[in-house]
Amino acid sequence: MLPGGHLLSVLIFFPAVGALALLLLRGDDHKYIRIIALIVSLAEFLFSLLMIRAVPVGRTGYHLEEYARWIDQPPIHYHLGVDGISLFLVILTTFLTPISILASWKSIEHRVKEFFVMLLVLELGVVGVFLSLDLFLFFFFWEVMLIPMAFLIGIWGHERRVYAAVKFVLYTMAGSILMLVGIIWLYNATGTFDLPTVEALLHTPLSQGGLELAPRTEMLLFLAFFLAFAIKVPLFPLHTWLPDAHVEAPTAGSVMLAGVLLKMGTYGMMRFSLPLFPEASRRAARWVAALAIIGIIYGALVAMVQPNLKKLVAYSSVSHLGFVVLGIFAFHNISMQGAVYQMLAHGISTGTLFLLVGMLHDRRHTFEINEYGGLATPMPKLAAFFLFVALSSLGLPMLNGFVGEYLVLLGTYQRHWGWASWAALGVILSACYLLWSYQRVFFGEITREKNRTLPDVSAREKWILATMAIVTLWMGMGSTFITARTAAAAQSVIEEVEPQRPYEAATPASAAPLAKLDSPGAAKAISSERLGIR
Amino acid sequence: MLPRTIDIYRVLPELVWCGFGVLAVLMQPFVRSRNFFTFLALIGTLAGTAASISAAMRAGPGFDGLVQSDSFSFFFRLLVGTVAFLVVLAAGPYLERERLPFAEFYALLLFATAGMGVLASAQELLTGFIGLEMSSISSYILAGYRRDSLKSTESAMKYFLLGSFATAFFLYGIALVYGSSGTTMLTKMGSEELFHSKLFELGLAMILVGLGFKVAAAPFQVWTPDVYEGAPTPVTALFSAGPKAAAFALLLRIFATVPAATHFWFWAFWGLAALTMFAGNLGALVQTNVKRLLAYSSIAHAGYILVAFAAVTSMARDGSAEAAPAYAAVLFYLLSYALVKLGAFTIVSQLGGTGEKNLSLDDYAGLSQRQPFVAAALSVYLLSLLGLPVTAGFFGKFYIFKAAVKSHLLWLAVLMAVNSIIGAYYYLRVIVVMYMRESSAEVKAAAPVGFPLTVNFVLAFTVVGTLYFGLFPNRVLNFILQPALFGR
Repeated sequence: MLPGGHLLSVLIFFPAVGALALLLLRGDDHKYIRIIALIVSLAEFLFSLLMIRAVPVGRTGYHLEEYARWIDQPPIHYHLGVDGISLFLVILTTFLTPISILASWKSIEHRVKEFFVMLLVLELGVVGVFLSLDLFLFFFFWEVMLIPMAFLIGIWGHERRVYAAVKFVLYTMAGSILMLVGIIWLYNATGTFDLPTVEALLHTPLSQGGLELAPRTEMLLFLAFFLAFAIKVPLFPLHTWLPDAHVEAPTAGSVMLAGVLLKMGTYGMMRFSLPLFPEASRRAARWVAALAIIGIIYGALVAMVQPNLKKLVAYSSVSHLGFVVLGIFAFHNISMQGAVYQMLAHGISTGTLFLLVGMLHDRRHTFEINEYGGLATPMPKLAAFFLFVALSSLGLPMLNGFVGEYLVLLGTYQRHWGWASWAALGVILSACYLLWSYQRVFFGEITREKNRTLPDVSAREKWILATMAIVTLWMGMGSTFITARTAAAAQSVIEEVEPQRPYEAATPASAAPLAKLDSPGAAKAISSERLGIR
Repeated sequence: MLPRTIDIYRVLPELVWCGFGVLAVLMQPFVRSRNFFTFLALIGTLAGTAASISAAMRAGPGFDGLVQSDSFSFFFRLLVGTVAFLVVLAAGPYLERERLPFAEFYALLLFATAGMGVLASAQELLTGFIGLEMSSISSYILAGYRRDSLKSTESAMKYFLLGSFATAFFLYGIALVYGSSGTTMLTKMGSEELFHSKLFELGLAMILVGLGFKVAAAPFQVWTPDVYEGAPTPVTALFSAGPKAAAFALLLRIFATVPAATHFWFWAFWGLAALTMFAGNLGALVQTNVKRLLAYSSIAHAGYILVAFAAVTSMARDGSAEAAPAYAAVLFYLLSYALVKLGAFTIVSQLGGTGEKNLSLDDYAGLSQRQPFVAAALSVYLLSLLGLPVTAGFFGKFYIFKAAVKSHLLWLAVLMAVNSIIGAYYYLRVIVVMYMRESSAEVKAAAPVGFPLTVNFVLAFTVVGTLYFGLFPNRVLNFILQPALFGR
């Protein structure tokens, strides 16, 4: 047994224990069901914080590994591990789950037990995806998460929920089943499903017993994996399931979907696409980046003209996730870190946006922007929170959205200034649609009589929003805590895709890149290095 | 020549099944108690299944090689025996409800099971033919067991006419094979000349047609939906799990034993697999009757299994000795599939109500509210058919994919992937109806359909089995992956 105990297994299966406990309760014990679900998810969150100590700053590789036999033929192992990238994604998941549970405290009235069971099973699947180091196990959890999410949308969603749920499942399955073929192909070539082993084999030259893929094969494999991830992200033009799923999902479903599920796609790109198929990634990079940039701009433009508030937030996700993909495929240490950071920041700020939209919906049962207007008068606190989050989402410095987007743009600029300039348009556009929609919803005259008497945030909602706001602020100011731990892992991904690239000093603080840009020497060094490679 | 004791032991399961079948028929005039016959049939199926263990312990060829008692036949005897046992359990309440005679039903069921056992252990073509006939003729009668129902009669008629046609093909194929090779023993067909004999190829092709009919492979699948729909639902459960597995068993044994058989069948299987998958899945897409939907889905699943067959033949063609995982894929898939289909049809049978009236998808609306456990069980089956994790179907599909990719059948694997997604749509539709639609007012007012203890046992057994093999497939896999699967 490897040192480190079984913390990761506990993290994966503790929600299952909670779900089982819930199943034993009577269906109409709504109060206890909610409380137990909340306690389980909070405990899970605390457990996940224990991981932080186990991931030392500046060290690459996996920690807290667990390794056990599962299936003999073919050899499939139960192999778990955590590194700087997955660490915070797991914590994000365990953080958003109790928030989602709190958010659905009042709004879920029927089939309460099933709802919370589904949420916990969803958490199990997502945590499993982030912690798996065996390709098969990864795929296993990837599929496990599908069903609870589909149920969350399909049972507790809005009018067109069934359509959205089925669309969600079919899109995801279409991608993942090809990934399965790819995984099996890799197994046949390498004889193992173990991710580190496969990686090592692919990076060893043929003469030393390694494996070299023919360019065409590598490209096909890359595409098989990439399609699954791109659908999940979702990358333009595969994004069409997302607005439907988001609009129809209940608030908790939207929060989990935007907050965590979409990150499974970008996480997959970092963990699998780049390290396993570096050559194909390099060849595909410009196309992927083009799609990402189109997604950034297209998502923002569509968001701008949305009459439906929730759809607006959904399209803003397409735009923001475009930054993440761009950051990954710019192959630059800073942009890679930015991508990781943006994943986390988007989870928090878009999650909060969905929470706020859900709160509006609880009061007025509509997402149409036209139905609102002048809400700042009856509900000043909610308006203030909304503004705060909108500002973080559009990338105001000091708040979390800024750090990620800025690092992505900075890193991308140093490799391809053209890409960065196009992507920067997205920052401007996001300010436009967020502020404009804010203005239409909260400012102006109250046009609908119903809106005049809407209650402001309740105590429960205030706690949820305050927690989210604190995290937003903390991530904006104290980003060092996170970047210090993601830096080494991000760098190791870059080194796998471009091994000849010399080590660039990992930037522990968001301020460091600023300094780097300011000093002309550094900029020159970077540009000359670029010339050296090209 | 008189049979030796050891020969008897090697066919003991079939003897036990037949014996109890005969016993049921003989007792019928004297005993009026219905429960007695159910009990007798349960004992019979269990005893036969237990006898397969004793047959496996005395492994080896029986009756000069006509049958072979090996791990392979052990696996299938255990499978069909368990299937028969569960069908008896599920059929009791059904027969009671539909006021159908008990004794004959169980007798026919036992005969059919014996036939499947023969099919699974036959190592000689005529013995295989006898097994096929035993199981088919019993099946024809079982399909028409609800005599007063038009659909059931139609089902039996259709099955009989088309089935006897297919059996004729099978028999003709045997004749041609005998003509070209001078033997009907699979073990003796190893000569080099057969690789170039056109007559032999033709004979094999006809055998393939005959067995292809039994497993519902396209283009020989047209009977399936009608027969499955018309037959009494417990019988449908049997059809989809038992005879199919047994026919696949004989097909697989032909490959494992006759080198020349693998020689030319590759493209045949490729085409059959692709055609069958699409025929089943596209057909199922538009069904609104759950029984029919499951019937089409069983065509589709026959297609997936044929993908593994294509992989087997491809490896044999390339001279690779590593066909064992592909065999294992077939066996594991049949196991997972049998469990699931049995459970699903049992639920359909129970929810159908008197005269099997409530078979439409609309009747399942809001089932999760009325009968949460039944809905949950049916969801497990459907997810397994869909191939999602934590269910046996996931590994079944995974191993077939693996076999296909291993033998470089990438295109077939991609076609199978496409089909899985089409399949996902209609399986999901049933789940959606059960969980996301409200039931109509009259259904809500009615009392929930009762599920007797025996039926609940069947459901629990199949659900636990599906989940168990979905999490820990190791045991079965290690058993079916052993090198001595086929005895010599």
